[in-house]
Amino acid sequence: MKKVFERPKSMYPVSTHYCPGCGHGIVHRLIAEVIDELGILEKTVGVAPVGCSVLLYNYLNCDMYEAAHGRAPAIATGCKRVHPELVVFTYQGDGDLASIGTAEIIHAAARGEKISTFFINNAIYGMTGGQMAPTTLIGQKTTTSPFGRTSEEAGYPLRVSEILATLDGAAYVARVAVNDPKNVIRAKKAIKKAFETQMKGLGFSLVEVLSQCPTPWKMSPSEAVKWVEEKMMPYYPLGEFKSPKEEG
Amino acid sequence: MGKKTLMTGNEAIAEAAVQAGCRHFFGYPITPQSEIPEYLSKRFPEVGGCFLQAESEIASIYMVFGAAGAGARVMTSSSSPGISLMQEGISYISAAELPCVIVNVMRGGPGLGGIQPSQSDYFQATKGGGHGDYHVLVLAPSTVQEAADLMMEAFDLADKYRNPVMILGDGFLGQMIEPVEFKRRSSTDRPARDWTITGAKGRAQNVVKSLYLKPDVLEQHNLQLHRKYQKMIKNERRVETYLTEDAQVVIVAFGMAARIAKTAIKILREKDIKAGLVRPISLFPFPYQTLEKVAEKVDKLLVVEMNLGQMIEDVKLGVCGKAAVHFYGRVGGMVPSYDEIVAEVEKIVKKKR
Repeated sequence: MKKVFERPKSMYPVSTHYCPGCGHGIVHRLIAEVIDELGILEKTVGVAPVGCSVLLYNYLNCDMYEAAHGRAPAIATGCKRVHPELVVFTYQGDGDLASIGTAEIIHAAARGEKISTFFINNAIYGMTGGQMAPTTLIGQKTTTSPFGRTSEEAGYPLRVSEILATLDGAAYVARVAVNDPKNVIRAKKAIKKAFETQMKGLGFSLVEVLSQCPTPWKMSPSEAVKWVEEKMMPYYPLGEFKSPKEEG
Repeated sequence: MGKKTLMTGNEAIAEAAVQAGCRHFFGYPITPQSEIPEYLSKRFPEVGGCFLQAESEIASIYMVFGAAGAGARVMTSSSSPGISLMQEGISYISAAELPCVIVNVMRGGPGLGGIQPSQSDYFQATKGGGHGDYHVLVLAPSTVQEAADLMMEAFDLADKYRNPVMILGDGFLGQMIEPVEFKRRSSTDRPARDWTITGAKGRAQNVVKSLYLKPDVLEQHNLQLHRKYQKMIKNERRVETYLTEDAQVVIVAFGMAARIAKTAIKILREKDIKAGLVRPISLFPFPYQTLEKVAEKVDKLLVVEMNLGQMIEDVKLGVCGKAAVHFYGRVGGMVPSYDEIVAEVEKIVKKKR
């Protein structure tokens, strides 16, 4: 009988600690599938963030660092400068990357550091229990914006992909989502392109993933995937903001 | 090199790193240590090293984290305000047990303070600085030659204990020019590093981390670190004693202050005051035992520091009430002169206990 679906080799055969309906598990799997397809498990290094996905190394079986909050791009830089032959990626949430770690991500991109970043934007701090994130939408209620985020008090949500795409060192920048099968397939293609950009030595690459976070959003998983499409996508449009020129 | 060269302390520290096999530097400019990154940015291309000026001291220390985790011989350097910014990372590096060398060319604080020499980061360097139960091994040179020697040794000690080693100097040491000889080439044999991040080829995954969510597991991790610090305390205490055998009064000072105290001691001896010196070279581990022994023979000690009294707390722990411990300090970038120290000792000698 032909096997049509199996667990990627780059993943441990364990179940995750994520809430039902969470997007992290999907993105983990996509990264693992791409690592398998590119045959780079033995030379891939991941850097886990602080946040729900801090335990990423319990699910992916490549070599991994666990970073301090926001500092993953600096750690990835240190590793890549020692081992330029390795494929180094960071996996970061919105609090990690777009708030406390803005300096590190902007300068890694500006340097054209040959690393790939997978940036999970779910518009909230998940692990600490649903506080306002730099990417929380105007009007969105969180435990620290209980009446809904206002621009007067908290300013505006950060569009990270658009910002980074302005930097010469960034070679590939895309925003994708994992709220439906079509978008999941597109997300995987972007992740693959990010790794390939790095492997070709073209510069920094980032894939921003709009991801559902049903528990702190106080929604069911099905409501959450709808919210990604109806509320997040209008503010955070999907697409490639920067892409290396096709060869030949 | 094998011959004497005139160099600033900062340049000697940088060259010593190169000769010790350090090939990765991540740092951010700050006075009075910028000659270290400047020197390495020029020198590293000759030896195939990687020099990277980071966007901040915070990023620098995490680049060190990444490179040390990847198995490199790696360093950073900064001065007091920058070292404060690195404290989070030093805590993480200590927790993850990564070998690296951190140079602090101290300047006056607190806050932005000034750019002149100081020793006011003693507490920060020796008592933690960052959060959690950890120690870095701290070495305090008092000459350019010693700065070079300790710098070379620092990389070996970092490897031996899988722990950060801090070279604690000051702006005076960093800027002054003295003859220096690079005495030995550091052994290229480093301890096995099977825990490093190199890609999981033909082996199971390696993880460099500091998170232990289960309290019993974290307690074990803390205890294991503690055992390591105990080993450092046992094996790595370094101290110079100078004319203490017949001394009636002993000065305790480290780094630049100790060097000035030596001149004061010569003058005092010409005046028939038998003064001696205890100069801790390792500040963690601190040589308590030496002070305990000195206090058995001498009933008056003078601690001289370029701060308002930090190492004196450790001196008092060593002396343990057996002798009177006096203090003389200058701060803000002011450096004590030997005349001031002579006058202070003369005052103490006249005092009843």
